[in-house]
Amino acid sequence: MPTRGGTAVVGAAEMVNASGRIPELSQLGLQAGAAIAAMKDAGIGPKDVDGIACVGNPAEVAWYLGMDPPSYVDGTSVGGCSFMLHVRHAVAAIEAGLAKTIVVTHGESGKSQLGRAGFGGGRQTMNAQYEGWTGVTGPPSMFTIPVKRYMKETGTTEEHLAAVAVAQREWAGKNPNAVMKDPITVDDVLNSRMIAYPFRLLMCCLVTDGAGALIITSADRAKDFPTKPVYILGTGESVETPMVSQMKDLTRSGAFRVAGPRAMSDAGITHKDVNHLMIYDAFAHLPIYGLEDLGFVGRGEAGPFIAAGNTRPGGKLPLNTNGGGLSYTHSGMYGMYALQESVRQVRGTAAAQVPDVKVAVSHGVGGMFMASGTIVFSNERP
Amino acid sequence: MLQRSKKSGQAYFPPRPFFPGDPSQEVEWFQASGKATLLSYVINNRPPPGFEGPVGLCVVKLAEGPTMLTNITDCEQTPEALILDMALELAPHTVNEEVTLPLFRPAKGG
Repeated sequence: MPTRGGTAVVGAAEMVNASGRIPELSQLGLQAGAAIAAMKDAGIGPKDVDGIACVGNPAEVAWYLGMDPPSYVDGTSVGGCSFMLHVRHAVAAIEAGLAKTIVVTHGESGKSQLGRAGFGGGRQTMNAQYEGWTGVTGPPSMFTIPVKRYMKETGTTEEHLAAVAVAQREWAGKNPNAVMKDPITVDDVLNSRMIAYPFRLLMCCLVTDGAGALIITSADRAKDFPTKPVYILGTGESVETPMVSQMKDLTRSGAFRVAGPRAMSDAGITHKDVNHLMIYDAFAHLPIYGLEDLGFVGRGEAGPFIAAGNTRPGGKLPLNTNGGGLSYTHSGMYGMYALQESVRQVRGTAAAQVPDVKVAVSHGVGGMFMASGTIVFSNERP
Repeated sequence: MLQRSKKSGQAYFPPRPFFPGDPSQEVEWFQASGKATLLSYVINNRPPPGFEGPVGLCVVKLAEGPTMLTNITDCEQTPEALILDMALELAPHTVNEEVTLPLFRPAKGG
């Protein structure tokens, strides 16, 4: 197990705006722009970085940035939580001496579609043969398939799903960079356009352009950087299945149940230590699954917990305080934006700042319950 | 047709030339019962070309154990008609000489 707090985030930057569009930059331009901004935040440049992680081609980004050939390269690509895995691998690499200073970068032209490689996979892929033919049209009609089962087994209702969107919109209202800021009600959500029953438009994430990057180094070296270190206490990762229909249990994520508890036990924390929580919300059911699978609430309690206001501003467990994928931004792979908000909250620089955040948990999903990654941050080194 | 372990009889899906988790076990094809129940679904309001109107994307649990994604035919694609845990039976749909899709329909006589 890596040392608790043995590594830290010393640079962080995000490129997100309220229009949801960055039409002047390609995907590579976004990846590089965020990386340079994060390096600037850390007071360094590309020549000071000896490790790189991104989804796509790390060689392309490293070369484009003008880095010297790095001693550590990670192109892990398991969907939107890939960046949590990048952080986890960076922690291990720094502890093992593979690199000293690693940039994890993400840029995605989700809205403008500039320089963006399409989803691969022909008719011979497993997903095409066993799911594609049934009439699916991307994540809104696939990621949502397990939820009816969860609702039947737990008594969770469409109103509970709507409450997730309402609470997050309330947070987004405090965030100038959020795309959707106007307050909404449960009725507004339940009367929005049907996408894939029981999911309506306001239960589904945005589609935007965006970018973000982190600079990670050892806690000992972190003292030499100009920023307040955000220590990494624990990390977790896992994968379950590339096909949502093949989940072992449609009401529980096997990947969540490995990544989340591992990160928290490695961090040496319990649920009541957590002051701030991010749970990747591509759709409204994900915070519900996440709260339950990570053990913050008991079986079937997540919907009522959110509907009762526990995660909204002023609630006892502030959740998705940037507004989340539902209201803030979602370029396709959202995990980096969850990490960025965790870092801001620990630094004390968030738009909707929660008072006295000591321990922040950032939990991501990749694909459709395919993968998961969890990072525990703190402002204190144990 | 499904595949199963010769040793334990445990069925699995999708097919592959080895038993998942223990490739040392010999596997064989066998005739499945065609019986299933409805585990979960969404109704896709805007399916791709080739579908007429909203279509239920249904995870069914086969009597032999595995789950699979399919469509329920001979059934309205509405929340009122698609009832979780309803009994289903295989309704093969021939597309062409090479392709037959494993659709399901509500089981006759319950």
